[in-house]
Formats: sequence, structure tokens, C-alpha cells
Amino acid sequence: MTQSNPPLLDVRGLSLSVATGDGLMPVVRDMSFSLNASETLGIVGESGCGKSLTSLAIMGLLEGTPVRVTAGEILFQGRDLLTLPPRERRRIMGNEMSMIFQEPMTSLNPVYRIGDQIVETIREHQPMSKSAARTRAVELLRMVRIPDPEGRIDSYPHQLSGGMRQRVMIAMALAGSPRLLIADEPTTALDVTVQAQILKLIADLQSKTGMGIILISHDLGVIAETCDRIAVMYRGRVVESAETRDLFATMRHPYTRGLLDSIPEPDEDVDRLPTIPGRVPGLDERVDGCAFNPRCARASAICREEDPGETAFGGGHAARCHHPLEPDA
Amino acid sequence: MTTDAERPLLKVRDLKTHFTLKSGGLLGGTKKVLKAVDGVSFDLAAGEVLGIVGESGCGKSTVGRTLTRLEDATGGTAEFDGREMLSLSKAAFRPLRREIQMIFQDPFASLNPRLTIEQTLAEPVRIHGLETTREGIRARIARTLTQVGLDPKVMNRHPHEFSGGQRQRIGIARVMIVEPKLVIADEAVSALDVSIQAQVLNLIKDLQKESGISMLFISHDLGVVRHICDRVAVMYLGRIVETAPKATLFSAPSHPYTRLLLASIPRIRPGRIPAEDRGEPASAAAPPPGCPFHPRCPIATDICRSERPQPVDLGNGQFSACHHAGKQQGEAA
Repeated sequence: MTQSNPPLLDVRGLSLSVATGDGLMPVVRDMSFSLNASETLGIVGESGCGKSLTSLAIMGLLEGTPVRVTAGEILFQGRDLLTLPPRERRRIMGNEMSMIFQEPMTSLNPVYRIGDQIVETIREHQPMSKSAARTRAVELLRMVRIPDPEGRIDSYPHQLSGGMRQRVMIAMALAGSPRLLIADEPTTALDVTVQAQILKLIADLQSKTGMGIILISHDLGVIAETCDRIAVMYRGRVVESAETRDLFATMRHPYTRGLLDSIPEPDEDVDRLPTIPGRVPGLDERVDGCAFNPRCARASAICREEDPGETAFGGGHAARCHHPLEPDA
Repeated sequence: MTTDAERPLLKVRDLKTHFTLKSGGLLGGTKKVLKAVDGVSFDLAAGEVLGIVGESGCGKSTVGRTLTRLEDATGGTAEFDGREMLSLSKAAFRPLRREIQMIFQDPFASLNPRLTIEQTLAEPVRIHGLETTREGIRARIARTLTQVGLDPKVMNRHPHEFSGGQRQRIGIARVMIVEPKLVIADEAVSALDVSIQAQVLNLIKDLQKESGISMLFISHDLGVVRHICDRVAVMYLGRIVETAPKATLFSAPSHPYTRLLLASIPRIRPGRIPAEDRGEPASAAAPPPGCPFHPRCPIATDICRSERPQPVDLGNGQFSACHHAGKQQGEAA
């Protein structure tokens, strides 16, 4: 029964390390999460927390980088991508999962018309004539709400605004009708009014296609408004995960709390922003016990000695902390 | 007659910074004018922090770069401390360079990687003749590093040995060490992670309060601007569309663009009424006639398509460059 209906994506105990002159250094440790169709998971954290590497590992894009999968499984519709024959894996990664990045200009080839680039992508996914692919390309451009798609299809990337280029990237990502879309900081380079449009577009496309989405962002506001569930990462670990409403109602990990408090918000006045002292330690700096302990006001002896396991709080809410915060009275 | 106490430190009137773009064929081609800043006026009082917000291409950075003479103004005036400074020759402007300082987004790009922090910080002190002896310079550097929350011992290190947040502290130290009267901060915390951003914002706020400097704080982030500024100017396609004290701007925005901007920010706490899809700004190289915002404006009428709106005084320091300012409620209903 459960075997016939596995989650769309089930990541279990995924660990990644980067090869350096001094050996392997762990960059993502024991990461587990699952995602269903039509669901959006947000992964949030500061630079270097491992959020982007996780998505590259899922997409099989670590080849050619010094980063290696050292443990774990990545089950896509029940099959472990890490043990599939390379050909089969490439087929899934080309068609059934797709990714969009922060800067569309670097992913689009500046010397080709956008139509030609979309047509090429479509024909990689399924054999069809050039003219049929062009018709499909216009359809995709219309789907991502590019005005006058028949006219715009012959534009070069530089003739489009940043928002329009990101729409083109989304159109290309949808060419193979993916079941899973990974969006890595998809709106970070965009202006706020355009960001709102792109986020709405992604949500609309999801409700039409039922794809599962992993949204990676440093922006808690973007994550809060778009995601069903949230995983907060710190230095390679998911330190807290919960349903969105749950997480913002009751934060259990001091890092999550600190992150939220340090954001200046447009709807409130605070005289001084609460801060998290110090900074994220570098990869080459060893921290014993909980990775957050040097910056944590609640840290005690055990935090400096033992890496905390995961505590479950019910409703799918979990945190890795020896001294989790109590819910506000 | 205005006395010194009420005279603004900086008085900008009808500032214009236009760039000539060449486009087209090998043989000449057509000339196009990009009006990056097109008639901007504002006052900045001593000790005041004025935020300039807007989206990319609105001209906010060009305002900062023009006032520090990194770009040439093509029109208008800017009085600093009672003296018109845009018409000064480069040589005559030089003494003002100490008094008007700029903090940039990417501190690493503005720090010379070969120089130690001591060498980097000693340079402006020497150039402006603020200290004459080696000991004097060192003491000033140590004092300033402490002021920005760094250990004076870091003086002998090079920029690459610091994290992004520490580099921005060094960038701030380089500005504060010459005791400026006006600091122009252009996206000063935008490249930093939130936990570090909060530390640097608190530092900037503390330093501003302690020293009483005036600040022009340019940013795309309205949360950051609310935190640090007294008053906010909103720019759109080269013009200021609204100016208001912070509390008013965020609680009772008047200009339809300010409202769109505020409604577009994703919020952590639920309850936002999402903005309607209002398209993207026109290019600054081909701004629409009349009010530049009219193609995206939900309440635009005929006059908005033909006539450029002038700022309307709404009282309590709020100005809105909108033909419908002050009567929007009735008309939009």
C-alpha cells in the first residue's frame, strides 16, 4: 500500500563532503526530508549552510565539482537516484526534475534567440519537428505570461528585462513537464515588485501541474509566503523543520529564533535589532558538539560536547537542540 | 533669514544626471539620452538620516554618485553647508571630499588587497592631514577600529583574512576615520547575510547617533530603510515620487508606486494583501510621458499620461508627486 505511493522525493541521511588538500570536509550532514506532489518545501539558511549543494546533489550536478556524496539515499518516486545506472538517472533528471537559478542571464546563451534555446530544450526532452517545438515554445512563453509571445520568441536575452529573462528560464524548466522543480534563489536578483509576480507565477504553475517544488532562499519572507514546510539549515545541518505556520508560531531552535529576530521588517519599528553574536565558523574551523554552540546564548557543557540528535515536537515539527525553546505562553 | 541651526546641511535642487548612450550602426548611429536622475530635489538636515529607496534603474545610486562627484551632474544645484558644490572645479571640491564620504555595497572591491588594514586606513588620514605623526596616525586607527567593533590588533592583516561583515566594518572605519559630516551609504548591507546585516546595521545606527553625522542611506530594502532612517524618499525612473517621515511613509503611503512597493514585499507574518500584477518599469532610456508611473498605475487618468506631476504638500512633511495625491481614496473607490 505505502510502497505503491511513495513521496515524490525522499532524501534520507544525505551527507556531502568537499575534497580539499587536507582531506574530505563535511559540508552537509545527515540531511533527511521528503516532498509530495503539489507541495513546496522551503530551505532557508545563510551563505555556506549547504542549501544550494543539497539541491545540486539532488539534480546530479555535483560532477566536476570537488563535492562528493558520502552517505545517504535520494529516492525519487521510490527509486534511489544515487544507485541508478547513469543513463537512467540522466533521463529522470532531464525530464522529471528541473532547476532554475538566481541569475537567468548566466544560464541563457547571449548569442542565440530565446526561441531557439527553448526549441532546443524541448527537442532534447522529446523528439518533435522544429515547427512543432516552436509552437510548443510559444505555448510555454504564454504559460509564463510573457506578453506577445509570438513576437518575443525571436528576442535575444539582452533585449529582455531581468523579470522577463527569469520567465524564459522558467519556461525552459517546464519544457519537459517536470514533477519536481528546484528553484534556487529564483527571485533574489529581481526587484521586489517583479519578485512578487514571479513567485505568484510559480505558485500558479504548481497548482496547474501539481509539481513538487523545493524553494531555496536566504529570504525568510519569501519562504514564509510560498512554502508549506520549511527546513532551516545551519552549517550543513537541518537544525529545525516544521510546517510553515507551526514554525513561525513556535520556533524551537535558538538559531531560527535569532535569524527571524535579526530581520528588520517593514511593518515594525525596533530601536535595536537583536543580533546573533559572532559569525558562521569557516569550514576549516572545527566546532565540537552543536555547530551553533559558540553563538548560542543557551549553550551549556553538553552543547560543547555532543552534537544534538533530532527532537520531535509533534505535527512533523523537529529540531536539533539540547535546550529547545519553549512555546511562548 | 535662515540661521545656521535651521539651514539644511545638504540642499539639492532639480538635480539632473543624464548620460548619452550611443546605439546602432558603425557609422555614427543614433544618440540616446538616459535620464538616470531627472529633477531631484530634497533637503537633508544636520544629523538626519534620509533613506532613498526604489528599484534597480530608478537612479538612487546615481544620486549618491553625483553628490560625491563620481558622476557629473548635467543640471541642478547641490548646496553643502551653504556652498554650491556641483559647479566647483575638481581642485576646489577636493577639501569637501573629506566631509562627504561614501560606503559601498562590496567592501572587498573597495579595499586594496595588497595593503594591510593599517596602510588602508592611514592613507586618508595622511591625505587630509588629520594627523602628522606616525604615533598620531596609529592611535587614530586604533581608536576607529575599536569604534567599529574590531580589535586594533587586526591592523597588520590584509583584507582577505576577514569575513564579509568584518570587511564592511573596515569599510565603515575608512569612512569614519576622517570625521565626515555627510555619509552616503549605497546598499551598504545588501551583500551581507541577515545575522551579520543586523550587526552592521546596529553599528551604523550607533555611529550615526554618537557622531551626529548626516546620512543618505540608499537601499532597495524597505525593512532596512525603516530601521535606520528618519525620513524616506521613494524614487521611480529618475524622480522622487514621494517623501515622508518614516512613520508616515510606512503607515500612510500616498503615491500609488509607494503602495505597490510596500504591498510587494513578502512578509514573514501572514496578513499581507498581495499586490496586483502591475508589470515592470519602463526603461529609463525611454520613460513614458507625463507621470513615469502611469502605465503601471491603477488610478491613472488622462492628465497622468500627458503632464508630469509636481510634488503635492500633504502636510506633516509628506510630499507626493501624483496628480491624484490627497484625493485618491475617493477616486479609487
